[in-house]
Amino acid sequence: MLYRETGQFKSNYAEDMAIFPIRQDGIALGVLLAVAFIGVPLLATLHVWPFGTDYLLWAILLPFLILALAAIGTNILVGYCGQISLGSGAFMAIGAYSAYKLATGVHIPLAWLGIAITIPPLPVLASILLGGLAAAGFGIAFGIPSLRIKGLYLAVATLAAQFFFDWVFLRVPWFTNYAPSGSVNAPELNFFGVIVQTPIQRYLLCLTFVTVIAIMAKNLVRGNLGRQWMAIRDMDIAAELIGIRPLYAKLTAFAVSSFIVGVAGALWAFVYLGSWEPLAFSIDRSLDLLFMVIIGGLGSIMGSFVGAAFVLIVPVMLNLIPAELGVPLSTQTITHLQFIIFGSLICYLLIKEPRGFARLISIGKEKLRLWPFPY
Amino acid sequence: MIALGQFLEVLIGGLMSGVLYSLVALGFVLIFKASGVFNFAQGAMVLLAGLALVRALDLLVAHGVPFWAAIVLGIGFGAAIMAATAWLIERFVIGPLVNQDGLTLFMSTIGVTFVLEGAAEMIFGSDVYPLRLFPTDAWFVFEDLFPGGILVNKLDVWGALIAGILVAGLAIFFQRTKTGRALRAVADDHLAAHSVGIPISWIWFVVWLVAGLVALVAATVWGTKLGVQFSITFLALKALPVLIIGGLTSIPGAIVGGLVVGAGEKIAEVYLGPSIGGGIEYWFPYVLALAVLLVRPQGLFGERIIERI
Repeated sequence: MLYRETGQFKSNYAEDMAIFPIRQDGIALGVLLAVAFIGVPLLATLHVWPFGTDYLLWAILLPFLILALAAIGTNILVGYCGQISLGSGAFMAIGAYSAYKLATGVHIPLAWLGIAITIPPLPVLASILLGGLAAAGFGIAFGIPSLRIKGLYLAVATLAAQFFFDWVFLRVPWFTNYAPSGSVNAPELNFFGVIVQTPIQRYLLCLTFVTVIAIMAKNLVRGNLGRQWMAIRDMDIAAELIGIRPLYAKLTAFAVSSFIVGVAGALWAFVYLGSWEPLAFSIDRSLDLLFMVIIGGLGSIMGSFVGAAFVLIVPVMLNLIPAELGVPLSTQTITHLQFIIFGSLICYLLIKEPRGFARLISIGKEKLRLWPFPY
Repeated sequence: MIALGQFLEVLIGGLMSGVLYSLVALGFVLIFKASGVFNFAQGAMVLLAGLALVRALDLLVAHGVPFWAAIVLGIGFGAAIMAATAWLIERFVIGPLVNQDGLTLFMSTIGVTFVLEGAAEMIFGSDVYPLRLFPTDAWFVFEDLFPGGILVNKLDVWGALIAGILVAGLAIFFQRTKTGRALRAVADDHLAAHSVGIPISWIWFVVWLVAGLVALVAATVWGTKLGVQFSITFLALKALPVLIIGGLTSIPGAIVGGLVVGAGEKIAEVYLGPSIGGGIEYWFPYVLALAVLLVRPQGLFGERIIERI
């Protein structure tokens, strides 16, 4: 009853192409944002259920937001531009390590020239954004093969980025500031004088990043560039024939996607992990991101959030359920069971709805609009 | 002569370990050719086959069954497990997903990977189980030509032999048997094959079964080399550049790709590694694959990709 477009007349093209074709969608998003920005911090400050401890903020909401951001980045490349990438984890790592180097100061001695390039430590916000830009640069470099290689061949080619950067950050001590253990610590998170420390502050910081970037991404994919990407995805030769430059479209997709993934990587390292090793950005991370995108729905910003929530929360639930029920199982058995259940769930979802949760949501919306009639 | 001797030793060692990569890559190619599924689960299948084999073997030997009989029974048990797996995968995952695009199928095989890894370790245990099927000591050849001779691992020779027999067997199976011809028909065009009465789901089961048996063979060699353990699943990742270099649809390509990757990574590690920091065999195959793809986007032996509007 509430979800009706009755009485909402569109009298010009701009209204027809608006971001929310139905007013209720906009209201729903407003409410969601209000809950996220005001409700959650308020409840967490008051320690009201379910925020009795910081567990929900720390272990679920914070990683959810950052991984959703990374999933949006991956979705732009895989879902909107159709270029399968198994290297998202590497671009997260590039974002994280570039931001780390910039935030702690860069010193490159060029002995043969007798000079040294020195960049003083930058503010955290600037380092995170520049870390994203660095990831974008490498994204373009590793995107160049996509002009010749397509589909699953490209997917394997992007693995080159993944393994190469895993190795670089593990073996080149310059990136870790010669830390003997190979693990590095995030700098103090000083944003314009405010030092971000408590879980609530970290949550709000990530939420701000995610909201701003998600809105930008949504508008980007609705615009000229997004349509070029989708044309390339649907059939690249046809797109080329109608005047879309594959070089420009594919490389911008790689750049934008890697930028977002890089920012997410920097946030993951700085805000969530605090101290990290290259292992935090391994191939498993890339596969997780690809799962989020596919389960959430290819070519849907909203779907990236749902997919991230699913991939993150299911293992947590699988961990909690046996403990709650008091089933006496060894931790090893539980780990194996988790593998089996998670794998079966993925197969089940792919079979039931290959187009992901985003498709389910849009079916649900259609049904709601016509309710109580089935047609 | 010492330098040449060392080079030959590295080259032979690399080629031999490349053969082992080919064994894993072969399973990929079989499934990709016949059903267009990029089977990420091949590594997990090697693990499952290896675990089934080694556990059955241990159990039988512990009960006093003679070793040769235990081997026969163990391989039989491994094959039965792979057959059951093939049937389950075809029935519950690949069958329902028919006609989906490649990415969805690829992701579903990652789901299958999780299930197989979890199930294999839950049923058969998750330790390192040594497998002793082939001799693992080394020969020294050409001792009169080079001082100290060239070290050749006997296991690698066995691996190469087995790979040769396997490829010959597969070639005969594909060229000379009725099922083999049906497999090739399905690989060419599964709708056309369906319309002339070839039972598609049966063929897919056979393909997964053959891939499972190839995994079992790979498991015997790899298990002897490393012991049957979880890290065997990472072989799947090593086999990917092999596939790409050889071409996703070519069986000779899988062999040649394996040789190129094996020799390339060992030579790079020995001659390039010291100057830029060790461990480059970790990523070298992928960069090699990338370089090959830039020249030939369909791999060395892949079918030419023809695109139409």
